[in-house]
Amino acid sequence: MQPTAETLHDLHRRMVRIRLFEEAAGRLFEGSRMPGFIHLYVGQEAVAAGVCGALRPEDQISSTHRGHGHLVAKGGDLNRMMAELMGKSTGYCNGKGGSMHICDFELNMLGANGIVGGGVPIAVGAGFANAYRGDGRVSVVFFGDGATNIGAFHEAANMAAALKLPVVFVCENNEYAEYTPRDRTMAIDDVVERASAYGMPGSVIDGMDAVAVYSATHEALDRARSGDGPSFLECKTYRYYNHHGVQTLGAKYRSDDEVREWQERDPIERLEALMVDQGEVSSDEIRTVWNDIQAEVDDAVRFGEESPLPNPSALLEDVYTVREGVSR
Amino acid sequence: MTQTEDKNEVRQLTYSGAFNEGLRQVMAQDPDVFVVGEDVGIGGVFGAFAGVADEFGQHRAVDTPISEQAIVGLGIGAAVVGLRPVVDLMFMDFVMVAMDQIANQAAKLKYMFGGNAQLPLTITTSGGAGLSAAAQHSQSLEAFLCHVPGLKVVMPANPYDMKGLTVSCLREDNPTVLVQHKRMFGVKGEVPDDLYEVPLGVAQVVRSGNDITLVTYSRMVEESLKAADLLAADGVTCEVIDLRTVAPFDLDRVLDSVKKTNRVVVVHEAVRLGGLGAEIAAQIQEHAFDHLDARVGRVGAPFTPVPFSPALEALYVPDAERIAVEVRETLDL
Repeated sequence: MQPTAETLHDLHRRMVRIRLFEEAAGRLFEGSRMPGFIHLYVGQEAVAAGVCGALRPEDQISSTHRGHGHLVAKGGDLNRMMAELMGKSTGYCNGKGGSMHICDFELNMLGANGIVGGGVPIAVGAGFANAYRGDGRVSVVFFGDGATNIGAFHEAANMAAALKLPVVFVCENNEYAEYTPRDRTMAIDDVVERASAYGMPGSVIDGMDAVAVYSATHEALDRARSGDGPSFLECKTYRYYNHHGVQTLGAKYRSDDEVREWQERDPIERLEALMVDQGEVSSDEIRTVWNDIQAEVDDAVRFGEESPLPNPSALLEDVYTVREGVSR
Repeated sequence: MTQTEDKNEVRQLTYSGAFNEGLRQVMAQDPDVFVVGEDVGIGGVFGAFAGVADEFGQHRAVDTPISEQAIVGLGIGAAVVGLRPVVDLMFMDFVMVAMDQIANQAAKLKYMFGGNAQLPLTITTSGGAGLSAAAQHSQSLEAFLCHVPGLKVVMPANPYDMKGLTVSCLREDNPTVLVQHKRMFGVKGEVPDDLYEVPLGVAQVVRSGNDITLVTYSRMVEESLKAADLLAADGVTCEVIDLRTVAPFDLDRVLDSVKKTNRVVVVHEAVRLGGLGAEIAAQIQEHAFDHLDARVGRVGAPFTPVPFSPALEALYVPDAERIAVEVRETLDL
């Protein structure tokens, strides 16, 4: 399914929101204004935007340690996201989850996950619930190339295919498992080869092309909604920053030339070129989009910084759900 | 005894049958409850799920690949979007295969998501030694689970509690592990045929006594009661407490008893070192030190894997004799 002009604008806005949110988060982290770990999504925006742009609001997504982009793309509230990253009580998880556990159940974003591959079986479970209820929803799971080396992925992929569940597996192949290049951790050329082992159709997609991701996702969603089972999309993409933190160039595990080559194929610039080419938008209008979203991100940073820290009583809350009328 | 023989007699069911009945009665009430696991469609390898697929359809008794991580993950994903799964892990040893999903995912989900999600998930499994099932099919691993905040762990000791605790687990909105003892599947007891709950976290005094308290659970309740019989011959009266739920355990009821008897032995089948008995003993001395007339005794398995040979396994599993020995030492008899 080729996107309409309106969809192109939508994909563009989703990507710019991710980019600017992540750049702001990176600056805060660098300036020690944000605690913990940070795994930035910059460079991979076309995947989250293309996939989430094709979803219905009721479809679920499950995410990874590099999960900010997925929640932004699903429509996440930037204020609550930024506050969560800062460990504030106004955050999505009341400051108790942080970057790696960000979630929004109202948006059917079932959570980032700190365990590589750990979210894949859970996403399959959501897919099971969709099939059980026959409500036409699809569960989409994001994971990296590295996650396909962990057992949970293989168990879950086989389970989804065996039970013919409405699930879409979206592999964001950014070519590195943390700091180890992919050709040293698997002896296959394309991750998608793994899909065929489970009897699941798979395709390789240019993960720097939001339109290609959007179209491929539509096909996979149609298949899932028709009751034909899961599909696997390998989106070849690239992480501009390191696995963790805000460094881009000068790393030992990859060359600066390689980083620059991928940056030449920047997914946002690419979509903007297409939109200008098609006469959908002027460069002034593009600038306005960036400026408006930057203002929104600045507000989110302010909201986060001005928000209170969690009350000490929160430490002991929400370990268990207490049943009404039962004392323990 | 059947109902035709005596109308006043409560019907007898096995431990396993009591689980089955509780499950089926809840499933009949709540269409969101389903069972998923290896071989559950044919009733489960121990027969715990017998008749479930026939009564409710294969879509509510879902057979899976042998994939414990994905089985538990399926339960978590389904629960977090509002269903109420019963996930079967067959042998408690297999809990370790799925431990990432249980301990890193299920247990923490509510807390790390700031209370915005809940997980009405019941994991059923069978633990315990005594059937020559050897080192990988006989363990009592509850201490691993009790150490993880967010989980509840339930270990029934008789058919009545099995049914009531099963119903309570299925109505919980927390991830709960219901551990059956596989040596007790055929044990019979009185079980009402109506739908009832036994509350989680509430222990029960199963025998009253004044000289010493035995704190125990699961199959060791039976051995502790036998030990109490042996000791009664010496004029020692034991109070036996069945914890029923081991996480959270009913500290108040334990302390009430200890304050009465002033002596206590904690009994479990699991390995003694690092076992739940260590935690219970520590909490007793923290909260009732002045009431204790002796050090807290502990009975548990030796620090070895479970052996295969019946000759060795009999030495491994605690029994009434060993409990009685520990009681006599604690009483300085």
